[in-house]
Amino acid sequence: MAGEELQRIRIKYAKQKSIRFIGHLDMLRAWERTLRRADLPVAFTQGFHPHARINLGAALPLGFTSSWELVEVWLEKGVAIGDLEQMLQAALPPGIAILAIEVIDNLAPKLQKQIVSAEYEVTFKSPSLLNDMRGRIDELLAQENHPRTRRGKTYDLRPLVEKLTLEENRDGITLRMRLTVGEGRTGRPDEVILALEEDPLSVLIHRSRLIFRDSSPGNN
Amino acid sequence: MKPETIQAKLEHLLPKVQKPGRYIGGELNQVTKDWDGTPYRFAMAFPDIYDLGMSNLGLAILYDIINKQEDALAERVFAPWADMEQLMREEDIPLYSLESKRPLSAFDVVGFSLPYETLYTNTLNMLDMGNVPLFSAQRTNNDPLIIAGGHATLNPEPMVDFIDAFVIGEGEDVILEILQAVRHWKDNKTSRESLLRSLAAIWGVYVPAFYSVRQDFDGTILDVTATTPEAQLPVIKRIVPKLPPPLTNFIVPYVDVTHNRIPIEIMRGCTRGCRFCQAGMITRPVRERPVSEISDAIKLAMEQTGIEEIGLLSLSSSDYDEVLTLVKEVTTRFKDRHINISLPSLRIESFSVELMDLLKENSRRGGFTLAPEAATERMRNIINKYVSTEQVLETAGEIYKRGWQTIKLYFMIGHPSETLEDVEAIGELCKAVLREGRKALGNRARVNVGVSTFVPKPHTPFQWVPCDSIKQIEAKQQILRKALRGPGLKFNWTDPKATMLEAWLSRGDRRMGHVIYKAWEKGAHFDAWQEHFDYGIWMEAFDDAGLEPTFYTHRERPIDEILPWDHINAGLTKKFLTEDYLWSLEGRTRVDCRERCFACGILPKFAQIRRDNPGDVWECPEVRSPKRSRREVIPLVQV
Repeated sequence: MAGEELQRIRIKYAKQKSIRFIGHLDMLRAWERTLRRADLPVAFTQGFHPHARINLGAALPLGFTSSWELVEVWLEKGVAIGDLEQMLQAALPPGIAILAIEVIDNLAPKLQKQIVSAEYEVTFKSPSLLNDMRGRIDELLAQENHPRTRRGKTYDLRPLVEKLTLEENRDGITLRMRLTVGEGRTGRPDEVILALEEDPLSVLIHRSRLIFRDSSPGNN
Repeated sequence: MKPETIQAKLEHLLPKVQKPGRYIGGELNQVTKDWDGTPYRFAMAFPDIYDLGMSNLGLAILYDIINKQEDALAERVFAPWADMEQLMREEDIPLYSLESKRPLSAFDVVGFSLPYETLYTNTLNMLDMGNVPLFSAQRTNNDPLIIAGGHATLNPEPMVDFIDAFVIGEGEDVILEILQAVRHWKDNKTSRESLLRSLAAIWGVYVPAFYSVRQDFDGTILDVTATTPEAQLPVIKRIVPKLPPPLTNFIVPYVDVTHNRIPIEIMRGCTRGCRFCQAGMITRPVRERPVSEISDAIKLAMEQTGIEEIGLLSLSSSDYDEVLTLVKEVTTRFKDRHINISLPSLRIESFSVELMDLLKENSRRGGFTLAPEAATERMRNIINKYVSTEQVLETAGEIYKRGWQTIKLYFMIGHPSETLEDVEAIGELCKAVLREGRKALGNRARVNVGVSTFVPKPHTPFQWVPCDSIKQIEAKQQILRKALRGPGLKFNWTDPKATMLEAWLSRGDRRMGHVIYKAWEKGAHFDAWQEHFDYGIWMEAFDDAGLEPTFYTHRERPIDEILPWDHINAGLTKKFLTEDYLWSLEGRTRVDCRERCFACGILPKFAQIRRDNPGDVWECPEVRSPKRSRREVIPLVQV
C-alpha cells in the first residue's frame, strides 16, 4: 500500500505509577491491544509475519514513570482526530493517560531518529543524608570523562549528561537531568544515580520530557 | 497486615524481583468492588505463578460468576515465584490478592483450581504464606473455607487433610449454591461444622471429613462409609445441562503470559473413548456450543480485550459437528482483523483436506500437531485410538504440501503390554513422517516428537494397570533417543521421576496426605517445574510416612479392589470401565460413541437432565420417557 494513503498519528501519553512495573515490550503489547479494542484500522507490514505498524519512541525502562511518552501509529485510512481521541479513550487500559494526539506528515523522519535527548526527575523514596549531593553533582560535572561498565560493556557516561541540577523542596530533594538519546549512546538516569554513589532502588525515576532534533511541534 | 502496608512494601520489593508485573494487578477488566460494602468474599487461587494461572479458564469463569453477584466479590491469588516468595517471607508479607492487596486470610472462601496433581505442594505453600492453617481439622471459624475444584479432584484423597470441601465436576452452577451456604454461615454465625454439613448436601460437593475409610493391614481399602446423613455416597460429579454463553470479558495481562489468547470452549466432553485419557472419560457428556454463539463471542472478546489470538478449545476439535462451518464462518468474519485463530486438538481420522485449507489461511505457520500415541496396530487397539499408519502418513503429507514446515507428533510410552518392538515402531513412524516431509519440502521439513509416559489415571479403563518402572521407562526412552537422532528430528521426553510423582499423586489414597505435607515441609514446591522438582525430597517424605511409593505406582490392582476414588463418581459405571478394560486385554476396540452408545453410565445417571435438554444439545442418545429409557441403551455384554 502506498505510503501517501496511510495516516500517521502521534500520541503523547503518560505512564502512571500503577503500571511503572510494566516494561517496554509490555507497553507495545498494551498499545496493540488498545488499538484493536478501539477497532482502529491499523496498518500491518507485509510478508510472512505481519505485525502492526506501531512505533514506540525512546524505550522507557521498567520501573520508570513518565508524563511524556510518544507512540506513532500508521492507520490504513484517515480518522478524524476528534473521533480518534474518543475511540482511544474508551479503549485505554488503566495506567495510561492520553495527553495529545496529532497527525504527522508521512514523510517526516522516523520517530526514534528525531528524539535527541530526554529529561528526567529523580526523587528519593525516603529522605536520607544527601547533604553532600551538591558536591557530588559538581564533581561529576567537572569531569571530562566518567567511564562506567554496564552489562559487560564499558562506555563514557559524562558526554551523555547534558544537564544535571538539584532542587530542594519541602518533601526532600529532586534531581533534574537531561540525557542524550541516540543509537548506541543513550544516557540512563539510573547510571547517573550510580555515578553519584546512590542506589537506584532508592529512587523514583520519572521522564518529564522528550526533546526533538529541531524546534518541531513535538517539543511542546 | 493492611492493604496500604502491603502496597508500600511492594514498592520496595518489586524492583528486586523477576517480572514484577506479575504481582501488581490493576489490569484491564479486573473487577474491584467496595470491600466493606460487599459481605461475601472469595479468593480464587491458582497454585502456580501468574503467567500460568492467567490462562486457566475455570478460574476466569468462576471469577466472573461470583463478581456478577451483587453481594459477593472474587479476587485473584497466585503463587509468587521463588525469588518473590523469599522476599515476602523475609519481610513478613502475607500472600495477598491482586485486586485489593488483601491477605488470603481476610477472605471468607479460598477456592483453589487444581487441574493437575503436581500443584499440590504449591497449594500447601500458598496456605502457609496466607497464614491459613494447613490442616482442615485445625481451622476455626476465623479461617476461610478452603475449597478446590478441577480435574485432579476426581481423585481427591491425597489432599483430604488440607481441603475442606471439593467441588467435583463443572463449577458454574454449584459455585452459587456454595455461595448460598456461605451467606447463611456468615449471617447466622453458625459453626464451621454446620457449614460443612450444608455443603456436603449439595450435589457435586465432597466434604472428606464426613467419610470414614477403613484400611486393611496391606494398605488396601476395606470400605468407605459416610458418617453424617448429608454426606452423599457416592459423590456424583456436577454437570451443567447446557453450556452457557462463553466468557468474553477476560482480564488482559500487561506482562507476557503462557497463553496470550482468548480461550473459547467449542465443546465439552469427548466421544472417542481412548482408554488412557482421563479428560475424555470425566468430562462427559459431549455438549457443543452453536457456531453463532462462538462467532459472536469472538467479536465481543475482541471489543472487550483486544487480545491477538483466539483458541477454539475442546478435547477433539475435528469431531465438533459443524467444524467446517465454524472455521469458514470465523475466518471470513474476522478476515481483516489480524487475529490468529487456532484450533488445536484435531484428530487425524476426522481431518479433511478442506479443513486444512481453511486453517492455512488464518493460522500462523507454527507447527502442526498430530497425536497418534501408538505406532503399532496392536497397541492402537489396546488403547482404543486406532489410526492407521497410512492415515498418519497421508495426513502428514497433506500438511507438509500446504507449507507447514514442522509437524509435532505426540506419542505415549508405558501403555499396558507394550513391548520394545512397539517402541521401536514409534521411531520408525516418525522417520517415515519426515520422509513425507522431505518429499514436499526437502531439507526444510521437520518433525518434533513429544513422547510422554503413560500414567494410569482414575476413572479410566486402565485405572487398575501398573505404571512402568523408572528402569523400564529409561530403556524405552533410550531406544527412542537412538532412533530419533539426526537432522530434522527433535525428541522431547518426560523425566521418569517426574512421571512417578504424577503417578503416586494421582493414584494415591488418604495416607498420601502425610507424604505431601512432609515433602512440602522439606522444601518441595513448583514440582511441575523441572528446575524445582526434587525426587529425593519425595523419597524422604515417603520414608517418613512409612509408605512405599510402588504401592501406588507399580502395583497391579485386582478388578474387585476398592479403589481410593471409587466413592467419587464421574458419571461412569464401574461395569463400563471394567468391560472396556477387559476388551482392551483382547485388543477389542470401541467406535466413537456418537455412532453407538456403550452405556457408560452418563445417561441413566443424568436421565432427567437429558430429558429436559433434548436434541442437539447433547451428543448422547435421547431419553424420551421413563418407560422407554431402558430400551434406548443397548448393553453389549450380558453380565
